[in-house]
Amino acid sequence: MRTILLPFLNFSESAQGRVVPPSGFTARLTVLTAAAMAFLAVFALALSLATGRLAERWGNELARASTVRISAPEDQVDAQIKATLDVLNTTPGVASARALSRDEEMALLEPWFGPSLPVDTLPLPALIEVIETAEGYDGEGLRLRLAGEAPGAVLDDHSRWRRPLIKAASRLRFLGYVSLILMAGVTAGMITLAANAALAANAQVIRTLRLVGATDSYIARAFERRFTVRGFTGAVIGAFFGTVAVALLPSAQQEGGFLTGLGFSGLQWFWPCVIPLLAAFVAFLATRFAALQTLRRLM
Amino acid sequence: MIEFHNAGYGYGGRELLTEMTLSLAPGSFHFLTGPSGAGKTTFLKLCYRELQATAGRVSILGQDTREMGRDEVAQLRRKIGVVHQDCQFLDHLSLAENVALPLTVADRPRDDQDLVDLLAWVGLTEQIKAKPPELSGGERQRAALARAVIMSPDVILADEPTGNVDWEMSLRLLQLLVELNRMGKTVVIATHDMHLIRQAKSQVQARVLRISNRRIQQSGADL
Repeated sequence: MRTILLPFLNFSESAQGRVVPPSGFTARLTVLTAAAMAFLAVFALALSLATGRLAERWGNELARASTVRISAPEDQVDAQIKATLDVLNTTPGVASARALSRDEEMALLEPWFGPSLPVDTLPLPALIEVIETAEGYDGEGLRLRLAGEAPGAVLDDHSRWRRPLIKAASRLRFLGYVSLILMAGVTAGMITLAANAALAANAQVIRTLRLVGATDSYIARAFERRFTVRGFTGAVIGAFFGTVAVALLPSAQQEGGFLTGLGFSGLQWFWPCVIPLLAAFVAFLATRFAALQTLRRLM
Repeated sequence: MIEFHNAGYGYGGRELLTEMTLSLAPGSFHFLTGPSGAGKTTFLKLCYRELQATAGRVSILGQDTREMGRDEVAQLRRKIGVVHQDCQFLDHLSLAENVALPLTVADRPRDDQDLVDLLAWVGLTEQIKAKPPELSGGERQRAALARAVIMSPDVILADEPTGNVDWEMSLRLLQLLVELNRMGKTVVIATHDMHLIRQAKSQVQARVLRISNRRIQQSGADL
């Protein structure tokens, strides 16, 4: 682990790293906290990416679909379906329109009522699925035409329920990213405190190093290396277990809805690898800041 | 080499040293004497910029200490060897690593044979792998001296180097400091041991700086 190279630091335990005495408890605490934060960060990342996918899907696919519901006396249903389809097929902006079969309607209701629902005995409205072209149709104009040609037809363009869902998904994604930033902040704060404690505990070491001609940068680097390695090591452990936990979640299914789709997809599985690098960078910056602040207070 | 121009140092509204004007010439040997609490350690700290003069001007190796930044102070200390009374070491490193510490922090390569020769010069070859807590008072003082000279500094400042050792070890340390002076180093030893100063008489041409009543007085006669 200690010989892993990062672009901004050589992690080998050099003579510079050894001038600071090893510390047991603080080191383990730093690694543990970094691991816990990385574990949580994987979940926040999974949440953000999953809600992002969801918002995108609802935004793109469902935005082009709408439904016409026909509630009419049983003897008029077929006539009204035909009239509605005629109106739809002659409406600019409608790519296709088709009536759903009874089996398709039953499939829609099955998640709520189970497979043995006697659809034929229920007074269910007939449904027509409408797919828009990229340009879309004039909703108000279509409603007026349907009111004239098929009085039992009601156009539902999904916007009523789609908009709040997309908004909620976008908010969740935003909150996921905010959580990631907060975790980075907490990690930075924790490492700053740990670095300050280490600097205070090693005041005599620092005095000796300054006495023999060590610059502030040199002393700061000795602490930076140590805390960067600890942050990185902890984050690798946390990110590994977090990724395994996400992988063990049930896979996405139509029935499961959003919860079973919580995870990574395709190349997104590489994102948890970024967390240890970010943790190391945060640890590096936090320690440098703490060390230089403390050293400037010393003569 | 080191010049004080009407320099003084005070802390908390109290003047510890005042109106000091003197010059330590290259290759000179000085004893700094005075009663305990007179300000010998403070004077030495002004000489390697551990403290900053609060009045007048102190110039070290041609640099005015008032104008030095933190990195410049660090660079300056690589040219000045300091032997402290309490010999500050890094207890988790071996004696060899402690002695080589000035080279390490300066990112300069370490010649192991030179290090062995230096430790042999101060008589610590056997303790090369020992940790500082395992060393006796005399061994620590000699190790501090070895560390002070490893960068081949121009000036050696020793603060009560014989304070915690027996007479025999005091003479050994004095001998080492005299040898350094013969190599051309400027040596300043703070001590209140008049026996040691008299003992040096036969070996080196030394001058005495005495701190009295917050002022420094130079002895006119060489010892």
